[in-house]
Amino acid sequence: MRAPAISIKGRAFGDRVLLALVILLSLVMVAPVLWVIGLSLKENAELMANPNSVFQAPYTLKNYINTIGTSSVFVWVFNSIIVSGGLTLGTLILSSLAGYGFARLNFPGRNVLFVIVLFGLAVPEQAVLVARHQIFSMLNFHNTYHGLILPGLSASFGVFLMTQYFKAIPKELDEAAMLDNAGRFRTFWKILLPLTVPAQATLGIFTFLGAWNDYLWPLISATKKDMYTLTVGMASTQTNFAQSEGIGFLMAQAVFAGAPILIVYLFFQKYIVTAVSGAAVR
Amino acid sequence: MGDRRATPRTALPAASFGAASVDIYAPQWRNFIFVAPFLFFFTTLLLVPLFWGMWLSFHKADTFSSGNFVGFGNYIRLFHDKVFLQSVWNTFYFVLLTVPTLALIGLFLALCLNRRTRTAAVLRTLFFSSSVLSVTIVTLIWRIVFIPNVGLLSTIYGWFGATAPAFISDPSLAMIGIAIATVWWCIGLPMMLFLSALQQIPQDIYEAAALDNANRWQTLRSITLPSIKRTFVLVVIVQIVLQFQLCGQAWLMTRGGPNNLTKPIVLYIYDTAFRRWDLGMGAAASEVLFILILMAAMAQYLVTRNKAGQA
Repeated sequence: MRAPAISIKGRAFGDRVLLALVILLSLVMVAPVLWVIGLSLKENAELMANPNSVFQAPYTLKNYINTIGTSSVFVWVFNSIIVSGGLTLGTLILSSLAGYGFARLNFPGRNVLFVIVLFGLAVPEQAVLVARHQIFSMLNFHNTYHGLILPGLSASFGVFLMTQYFKAIPKELDEAAMLDNAGRFRTFWKILLPLTVPAQATLGIFTFLGAWNDYLWPLISATKKDMYTLTVGMASTQTNFAQSEGIGFLMAQAVFAGAPILIVYLFFQKYIVTAVSGAAVR
Repeated sequence: MGDRRATPRTALPAASFGAASVDIYAPQWRNFIFVAPFLFFFTTLLLVPLFWGMWLSFHKADTFSSGNFVGFGNYIRLFHDKVFLQSVWNTFYFVLLTVPTLALIGLFLALCLNRRTRTAAVLRTLFFSSSVLSVTIVTLIWRIVFIPNVGLLSTIYGWFGATAPAFISDPSLAMIGIAIATVWWCIGLPMMLFLSALQQIPQDIYEAAALDNANRWQTLRSITLPSIKRTFVLVVIVQIVLQFQLCGQAWLMTRGGPNNLTKPIVLYIYDTAFRRWDLGMGAAASEVLFILILMAAMAQYLVTRNKAGQA
């Protein structure tokens, strides 16, 4: 391991202590994941006899084959893709339109409406959960894709982000187009929208990730096994957490579910960090 | 308040009377079309449920009917319910365990990793990576750490011939176990917020300090920490809001047990509304949570607004 800044003599000792602490913390981050991966590669009977057997061969892919063989996992992954994809697409469309509207156009009551939308940022999901569930029961929306997608469309964060972004674009750009009598929608679609691609990427990845990892609403709304999302489905198999059987299988499932997200994170790291920090600070 | 603003707006069209289409910034109803789709979903799925929830909290209701008006009956029952009071206490206890830990470790990591080296970049990626996992995976990982026999912790303790503490089943340790898993899960955000604050400190202050032969501790105490004081407050508030919403970890790791000792408010709402189908009381409990979170959000608004005002 390369130490970053122990080159300056006087600082060497202090830096080594700090480095040791950081490495210790990073071990705490990594060790549980490695343990899970290790267990997922072991035969169950062998694990029960001696957990230290994780450190020795033989390893097996049997647990992964079993995971893939359990057809429900693919159904849940499919559901998660539909729900997260639908919500992301919807959020991008609604937020871009509304962001342009709030940032560039004027209409009666604009400022009051924007303040109300901002107030939406402070409303936690739990405050509307019970009533939302009752409304969706009356509409028969539970255990459907739209029942899982719709609540997320009411989130204000995207509108807030896009409004800020549109405001940062120089006004001269669209003013010129508007004076040329291009319609508002044309100006929005042809001139401004292409400039917002970075914001779209940030918002899109953030929304997708949030929907993919959402647990509370799918837990309440999707009660049929074939409508479970991946998070809820996996949680439902976790409940049969009998120590005597299938730990390796559960671990393989966790790796199977976690790995794609981690890979996506490695590729889109910059956007994800920007979006998550942006959503927190607002 | 509105009067003062109204004057220049009416004056504007008169000033630009010559050009036919210059009034693009004048208020027009048709511009509303752009925000209408979002406002439709916002109103029907957020505002209506919000007020409906308030209304429900004053009624005795189940899934399909909204029953009788009971005034503050639900709230009175709520504050006489030992389990609810326990869940409020549990939530505060959890916030107290996690928020200072997250803020301090996050600050420590940010201070150490605020460098332009490859190692630092890799470690930043690593410490944030757990944040992208779902609560299901995080709790699965940590249950397998804490579980007796094949757990990582009991294996490590086993090497030294010791017995690992039972973080999930021991009543006095269960919440601490959930807090450890949560800190592991959430450490990325505070670290990133501190890092971006550190990068905004002007470098010339540090150069001046170096010329004055200030040592690292002095630089940290008199330059770095004072400049990120506001970020520290912000991180604490953001985390309070987030951790107040504890639910999944407690549900998946301990089911709120042993003896409701790890049952947070959200889990109480879930139990009351969706397992006992007492929607009125569930709604009342969620209003209490809402008020708690709203207070923290107000504090956040005040902090961020002051920051913007100073800049």
